[in-house]
Amino acid sequence: MVYSYFPGCTLRAKAKGFDSSALASCKVLGVRFLELQEWQCCGATFPLQIDNSFPLVSPARTLASAKKAGRKLVTLCSACYNVLKRTNHVLREDLDKREKVCAFIEEDYFGDVEVLHLLEILRDKIGFGSLAAKVVSSFRGLPVAAYYGCLLLRPPDEVGIDDPEAPKVLEDFLSSLQCQPVEYPYKTECCGSYVALRPGELTVSPSRLIVESAKSRGAKVIVTSCPLCQFNLDYAQSENVARGEKAVPVVYFTQLLAIALGLGEEVLQFDGHIVPPGLIFQAAGVGGVGA
Amino acid sequence: MKTGVFICHCGLNIGGVVDIPKVLESLSDYDSLGYVTDYRYMCSDPGQQLIKDAIRDKGLTGVVVAACSPAMHESTFRRVAEVAGLNPFRCEMANIREQCSWPHRGEPEKATEKASAIIRASLEKVRRNLELSSLSIPVTRQALVIGGGIAGMQAALDIADAGYKVTLVERLPYIGGHMAQLSETFPTLDCSQCILTPKSSEVGSHPNIDLFTNSEIHAISGYVGNFNVTIRRRTSYVNWDVCNGCGLCMEKCPVKRDSDFELGLAKTKAVSIAFPQAVPNRPVIDSEVCRHFTHGKCGVCEKVCPVGAIDFEQEDTFVDVKTGAIIVATGYDLHPKTKVGEYGYGVVKDVIDGLEFERLNSASGPTQGEIRRPSDGKIPKEIVFIQCVGSRDEENGYPYCSKICCMYTAKHARLYKHKVPDGQPYVFYMDIRAGGKGYEEFVQRTIEEEGVLYLRGRVSRVFEENGKTVVFGVDTLSNKKVEIYGDMVVLATAIIPSHGQTNLARLLKISTDEWGFLSEAHPKLRPVESLTRGIYIAGCAQAPKDIPDSVTQAGSAAAKVLALFSSDTLSHTPEVAFVDEELCRGCGLCIEACAYDARTLDVRRGLAVVNEVLCEGCGACQVACPSGATFQRNMDTAQVMSMIDAVI
Ligand SMILES: Cc1cc2nc3c(=O)[nH]c(=O)nc-3n(C[C@H](O)[C@H](O)[C@H](O)COP(=O)(O)OP(=O)(O)OC[C@H]3O[C@@H](n4cnc5c(N)ncnc54)[C@H](O)[C@@H]3O)c2cc1C
Ligand code: SF4
Repeated sequence: MVYSYFPGCTLRAKAKGFDSSALASCKVLGVRFLELQEWQCCGATFPLQIDNSFPLVSPARTLASAKKAGRKLVTLCSACYNVLKRTNHVLREDLDKREKVCAFIEEDYFGDVEVLHLLEILRDKIGFGSLAAKVVSSFRGLPVAAYYGCLLLRPPDEVGIDDPEAPKVLEDFLSSLQCQPVEYPYKTECCGSYVALRPGELTVSPSRLIVESAKSRGAKVIVTSCPLCQFNLDYAQSENVARGEKAVPVVYFTQLLAIALGLGEEVLQFDGHIVPPGLIFQAAGVGGVGA
Repeated sequence: MKTGVFICHCGLNIGGVVDIPKVLESLSDYDSLGYVTDYRYMCSDPGQQLIKDAIRDKGLTGVVVAACSPAMHESTFRRVAEVAGLNPFRCEMANIREQCSWPHRGEPEKATEKASAIIRASLEKVRRNLELSSLSIPVTRQALVIGGGIAGMQAALDIADAGYKVTLVERLPYIGGHMAQLSETFPTLDCSQCILTPKSSEVGSHPNIDLFTNSEIHAISGYVGNFNVTIRRRTSYVNWDVCNGCGLCMEKCPVKRDSDFELGLAKTKAVSIAFPQAVPNRPVIDSEVCRHFTHGKCGVCEKVCPVGAIDFEQEDTFVDVKTGAIIVATGYDLHPKTKVGEYGYGVVKDVIDGLEFERLNSASGPTQGEIRRPSDGKIPKEIVFIQCVGSRDEENGYPYCSKICCMYTAKHARLYKHKVPDGQPYVFYMDIRAGGKGYEEFVQRTIEEEGVLYLRGRVSRVFEENGKTVVFGVDTLSNKKVEIYGDMVVLATAIIPSHGQTNLARLLKISTDEWGFLSEAHPKLRPVESLTRGIYIAGCAQAPKDIPDSVTQAGSAAAKVLALFSSDTLSHTPEVAFVDEELCRGCGLCIEACAYDARTLDVRRGLAVVNEVLCEGCGACQVACPSGATFQRNMDTAQVMSMIDAVI
């Protein structure tokens, strides 16, 4: 299994652990990621103005370069996934925009590269059953809440990874690592997103609601596939950490995957995390950082 | 041959697009034209008179009325011709409205040219039309009604009261349909049972009504006036002729199951009568759960039955009936709440649908009419009603409005407030559709005087948290996000066609719309007729509607049936296929080509035979016949060729 890989900017800056844990895990699972020769920022948000095609240029370049590489394109970050998939959709369906964008990037691309999320590869190509068989250190029923946020699931007819109202791909993933998935009502609510870049209560409060709801239902860890969600949910607990109160580590799903596959700390890179993830290691029965 | 042409303006419908003087002029070179004129509304009385006078005065032998579609007025103008002494089949319509002025509104010149061409083609056709006379078909003056909801019951009663036999087929063990489950009804809040049960018992005991419950249509053949229907009476494992409805079997049966009638909100037994007032008041054994069938032993009911009515060996029976007309009144289902993700996919216990609320509110329901929530039986102090769930939502459901839920939601909120005066009902709505006598007043009173809080906006999510049913929504009038930590939620889920309706329609050879509701022959002028002659539709099977509308439609369908029964024969168009026996080789290709089963092979004579009553005159056989032995009366090959010549 060989795929083209689009890491996106954040995975090379703030979310290094997401990148390294995924790449290392994939190696163990026999999936090869070949990073695109040429890629640039996806733009981070899909443009919502209907008469502005310019923000499509950058993701279109990435997609066109994947086309040249001749392989399916994989990405990890929910936002990159969302933007690439939706741009692909526009270039497939909207002939006007396609013409404009293609003329600008001087490529002939018509939305035909398949964009995949790593979760889709785990679910559809490897299969959670086979994944379970490869687990070397089990989490032995650790209660973990899956947090989807918005971008991984919506809009469903363009993104289509799972049921937008009751997704289960992350839960199934967690089960295969022998975690106990925790059901809570906020798993697809917005964390506050970019509003977080301004200080204040505005994002902290939605993020806090999410964390509190997961916590109240017994979650010991929250997993996500979005660096911004990770930051928001983590940051919302800074005061708890400062006061030495109970807090729930918020990690990338690939970090749990790497631990389960028996990979070492060097690929996990929990450095930037506010809530120390030590507990995860205890659960998995391996020694670890920050415990 | 002297043919007259009568061009209708149809107000501005045709006259506003087609240049009629120009058309008149263009026809001047046409030979054997007896008379040409135009008029603003040809179908009106003076218009009709104009045609009659011309036929008589000018001695016309053929007539072309250039106006709307023949589906609209062919019969009108043929009658006019007949009254004036002309054979009606010498009158043709040239459709210059639906097929000309309407689609070519923006190109009047081309429309004018096309109108001329259409009229010329019709002239050619009329020139070769034979003088035909209608076929006569015998009529079996007995009716079949499928579906015993309020619509089917009303239709059956109306026909039966007029003195004709009716067979009423209902697939559930009892009649009454959804109305039997309702508590009070808007806008008068009279009790549903009180207005329904007298009718059900009348149906049950009417000497002219043959009631088949727990039954369905197994097969059907024939045509208007002469349908042959096979009814499958499903086994109930109880001999209903012997049973006296004492209920002892139900009392003693050891196996409990969810009651379908109570929508799972209460239990019943493996042998059960759906509700005490059910008509007929006879029990059915559910063989899926009955211990006799699942474990091969038990038979308690058999032992206790004082009249020996239990019969575990009983099998389905099939009954053949002949009927002249059929009314389909198969009603509706609700869009399942398990399909609504944002409101919990039916997993959150205290999220119920409107019918479940009706049961909770019903004095004979699972809570004896007290509003208690399903999860723990507590009386909800804050209750949220959500309208348009699945309706008016193309993405997640259906684009249409279900029409009755604004009204029943107002009713529910009000009834709740009467029973829980210190409770707070909230209603999320998109807009209120309360068109109906006394309806708007009912809703306004609910809003203004009953303390129900109406919030204009949608709900994004419903979930359970610490025993509360939490509702996230928005109030678009104050532009505020709303979060209600309520106790119970009631969804006004979309009305959809009853399950199996599409299959039934296929069996009956009638059409449905894309959602499965039965299609009417004309949305305005023939709302209770299907496109198949002799089959009529009523109630929610056609579209969502309330009880008064269902009853009105049922009465109207019954009136159509009675009109059909007014004579013991009826006429059928003679413009059907016929076979030239000299040319036919008996190959049978036409039998496959015919969509109406109107063809058979006479093996002995080696000839194809047309059943003229079934033939719709579509012409498929004429195309299929390799020997050129099949013709359509008044649409034969020579006619079609000459019509084409006239156009090009
Ligand atoms: C929650 C709720 C509240 C309502 N409240 C009111 C109100 O207050 N006032 C009001 O005017 N209206 C109300 N209505 C609307 C009312 O229920 C309908 O208008 C009415 O029941 C329609 O009657 P019907 O006979 O067309 O259909 P139904 O009541 O659905 O009856 C159809 C019958 O046909 C049977 N059937 C279906 N398929 C077959 C088949 N293939 N073979 C044989 N039998 C078949 C069914 O079993 C059923 O018995 C309410 C509706 C709902 C959902
Ligand atoms: S009747 Fe009212 S609630 Fe029902 S679909 Fe129409 S608008 Fe919505």
